[in-house]
Amino acid sequence: MKNATVTVSENKISTEFVTDIVTKALQAGASDAEAVFSEGDEFETLVRLGQVEQLKEAGARAAGLRVFQGNRTASTTTSDLTAEGIERLICGAMALVQVTSEDPFAGLPEPGEFGKLAGDLDLYYDDVYSLPAAERIEYARRTEAAAMAADARIQNSGGGSFDAATGRKILANSRGFVGEVRRSSCSISAQPIAMSPDGGMQRDYWYSSQRSLGLLDSPESVGLEAARRTVRKLGARKVPTQRVPLVFAPEVASSILGAIIGAINGNAVYRSSSFLAGKLGEAVAGSNLTIVDDGTMVGGFGSLYFDGEGLPTRRKTVLDRGVLTSYLLNTYTARKLGLKSTGNALRGLAGSPGISCGNFYLEPGEKTQEEILAEISNGLYVTDLIGHGVNIVTGDYSHGASGLWIENGELAYPVEEITVAGNLKEMLHNISSIGNDLIFRSSVACPTIVIEGMTIAGE
Amino acid sequence: MQPASPDTRKFFYEHLGLNEQLLEQCLAAALSAGGDYADLYFEYVTASSLTVDESLVKSASQGISAGCGLRVVSGERTGYAYTDDLSPERLLRAAHTAALIASGPSKQPVQGFRESASAGLYTVASPGSDSETPAKLALIQRADRAARAYDARIVQVQASFADELRRILVAGSDGSFATDTQPLARLNVSVIAKEGENIARGSSGGGGRVLLDFFLTDKTPEYFATEAARQAVLQLGAVPAPAGEMPVVLGPGWPGVLLHEAVGHGLEADFNRKKTSAFAGLIGQMVASPKVTVVDNGTMPNRRGSLNVDDEGSPTQETVLIENGVLKGYMSDKLSARLMGIADTGNGRRESYQHIPMPRMTNTYMLAGEDDPGDIIRSVQRGLYAVNFGGGQVDITNGKFVFSASEAYLIEDGKITAPVKNATLIGNGPESLKYVSMVGNDLKLDEGVGTCGKAGQSVPVGVGMPTIKLDKMTVGGTGN
Repeated sequence: MKNATVTVSENKISTEFVTDIVTKALQAGASDAEAVFSEGDEFETLVRLGQVEQLKEAGARAAGLRVFQGNRTASTTTSDLTAEGIERLICGAMALVQVTSEDPFAGLPEPGEFGKLAGDLDLYYDDVYSLPAAERIEYARRTEAAAMAADARIQNSGGGSFDAATGRKILANSRGFVGEVRRSSCSISAQPIAMSPDGGMQRDYWYSSQRSLGLLDSPESVGLEAARRTVRKLGARKVPTQRVPLVFAPEVASSILGAIIGAINGNAVYRSSSFLAGKLGEAVAGSNLTIVDDGTMVGGFGSLYFDGEGLPTRRKTVLDRGVLTSYLLNTYTARKLGLKSTGNALRGLAGSPGISCGNFYLEPGEKTQEEILAEISNGLYVTDLIGHGVNIVTGDYSHGASGLWIENGELAYPVEEITVAGNLKEMLHNISSIGNDLIFRSSVACPTIVIEGMTIAGE
Repeated sequence: MQPASPDTRKFFYEHLGLNEQLLEQCLAAALSAGGDYADLYFEYVTASSLTVDESLVKSASQGISAGCGLRVVSGERTGYAYTDDLSPERLLRAAHTAALIASGPSKQPVQGFRESASAGLYTVASPGSDSETPAKLALIQRADRAARAYDARIVQVQASFADELRRILVAGSDGSFATDTQPLARLNVSVIAKEGENIARGSSGGGGRVLLDFFLTDKTPEYFATEAARQAVLQLGAVPAPAGEMPVVLGPGWPGVLLHEAVGHGLEADFNRKKTSAFAGLIGQMVASPKVTVVDNGTMPNRRGSLNVDDEGSPTQETVLIENGVLKGYMSDKLSARLMGIADTGNGRRESYQHIPMPRMTNTYMLAGEDDPGDIIRSVQRGLYAVNFGGGQVDITNGKFVFSASEAYLIEDGKITAPVKNATLIGNGPESLKYVSMVGNDLKLDEGVGTCGKAGQSVPVGVGMPTIKLDKMTVGGTGN
């Protein structure tokens, strides 16, 4: 086994390696098969208080197999890519498929559905690895140093970081699809800690994340923003229980889109375990809301040439002026619902395909954040949410929160140890203002929004 | 001394080609540029899962993952590399990569390994567990039937069984050597109840470092299925949760997630060494009511959070965190123990060979008090009684923590009344436990479902608590 491992490790895994797994699975008795290979390299650099604290550099790879026998399916994964390991991968799957049930909705997509986007989506840049170790450390050090230098009340830190990663994935199936994708990413961050005269501590965080080193914000600007976000929390207090307009900053507003992604996920929809199940064509939100899922954006964090089942990704309007126009579906959930896949299959190494969004965003409005705040006489600007307080079955929403109180259109003082609660069914109808500040910092992006009618619980 | 698990060592030596000389070579390579300490963490995990969904066996999967993480520690610095290729060439290359953290003359690791003994906290099934697949399947099919039989309003049932066997070998440059084989199993049931337009969910599950027998005798599929169905049906009639500060009574068992968030994370040594925790510098001070004693205990047989040795090869132990309200100590790994001059409490854990170990909880719970749980409820005029929770989260720096109640009731005039909808509870770690005025005599540990996340790493943990009363806490509902 040892010798074989060495041979494999020195060779780059080819698409033939993956199609070969599919062929062997068919030879072993599968009626259909789908194999996936993924490899990734990463390095992480963490500097704290100016000193290197952690350096990590490594890579790993693994293969996964999904087999069908008629309408039955099973899957296996392995990190052992020797001939012996692959044989075990196939035998294991063929043994497991005997125990699963006939499911008329199971199976690979139909042959005519496969495809890949043409052109270059700009998902891979080898410059993320271009820096020598000393310069990576310098990026992390500069980011933290900028935060530490910004304010005398910042004397401690969770550190500054510079991380980079690349990944390669190959998908092949017995219906003739073979696809390969490479992606890269890199990021810098700072997590300063500020202390007020009474000893109270606050931390916050800021980062820049991109597919290319050349696109990153400067370490200095990231550090400064991290510092600004941290010191503005000092002296935070509780406020009384009340109902006021809530202004969600983009970083927390995107978590509301995250709840919608969960609620239109085909798996939740066909089980009726979502407050948006069965609502296609209905006005589920105010007419000022249009939400798009686009897997085809050049350079996007949620972009791919093909989805986890080999279907081309696409752009779709999910919510058109408040009316629900599309769910997020893979082949299985589409068949369950009598619909077509929306190209949102997510293939990990293990199990049946899940569902993920592409680049998912709320279309921006006209107002700047300042104009939005200026219209609020008494309310809360929410900057942080903590907890897991969304129930997508009922739409009930209750989160720990902190932020800044708004008085007469101005940010007045920091607030903490409160909750914000409502129900998403109503919240989506009660968004009274949408900002123009749509920025993609990850695959889900939302501008500043104002939601009326939610409850703050405090003292 | 009994070796920890000779079979585990044999597995790594015979099946993966390791030997003592190779381990020593790797450690020497890791210390080739100096450093205080180096270790190797080998891991070989087999995992399987089965799901019954809509009464069909929709998915079955199995996986194998193996690799080695190599670490070099120099002062406060850690260099880390990992590889899933266990050939001598790749291991040595990774050792040299990790060594880049240090810059000095090479050091020699201690010659010869001292293998630590095993506490024998769990039994391991004989290899070839594929033969158990039909029995596992039978378990989740029983769960599916039991949930549907509970009430005609149960319209969806998903039941899954997931288990893994993790073999580890840890060798340190100080001569430390440990092996362990760690089973982990979990049965989970989640259901949807529907009545007209009204829909609710319920879920239940449990397990631990147990064998299949556990689910046939101790906690049956019917037990978990009935519990999930009961919660879902109950939620159909839930009223909005109240909003604001009020007395809160927490039921026994899983509500101990309060301790995990409110004090547990804040007492992990790394945060205190760096003074980034709201608990930093509070050792010896009152951080809770005198009725509160909290421990972290990795030595409980068969518990989900238990380990014979942690992921640095150190034996686990029972560590008193808070005694009669006074902060006593932190949970530590090797690095923080050395830098802080405190004992290594055997809390160094990691998600996998791809991750750097850090201080983590095992099973964290509050010791029982003397109050009768019924008296605790009767003492509340108007408040919340919460017995089941989803997840929680904490900001360890300002101490604010939340946890989300998935089953809770109003208390009115000393009586439990209407069930309420999901609500998040929020508090401040170093303050909240000062409001504990009653502690029940009914300590219970959770069923074995907890997974804790920290710095992107997930590890299985346990929590526990008796019934307690907090005189005030903020409840995040929408009602009056």
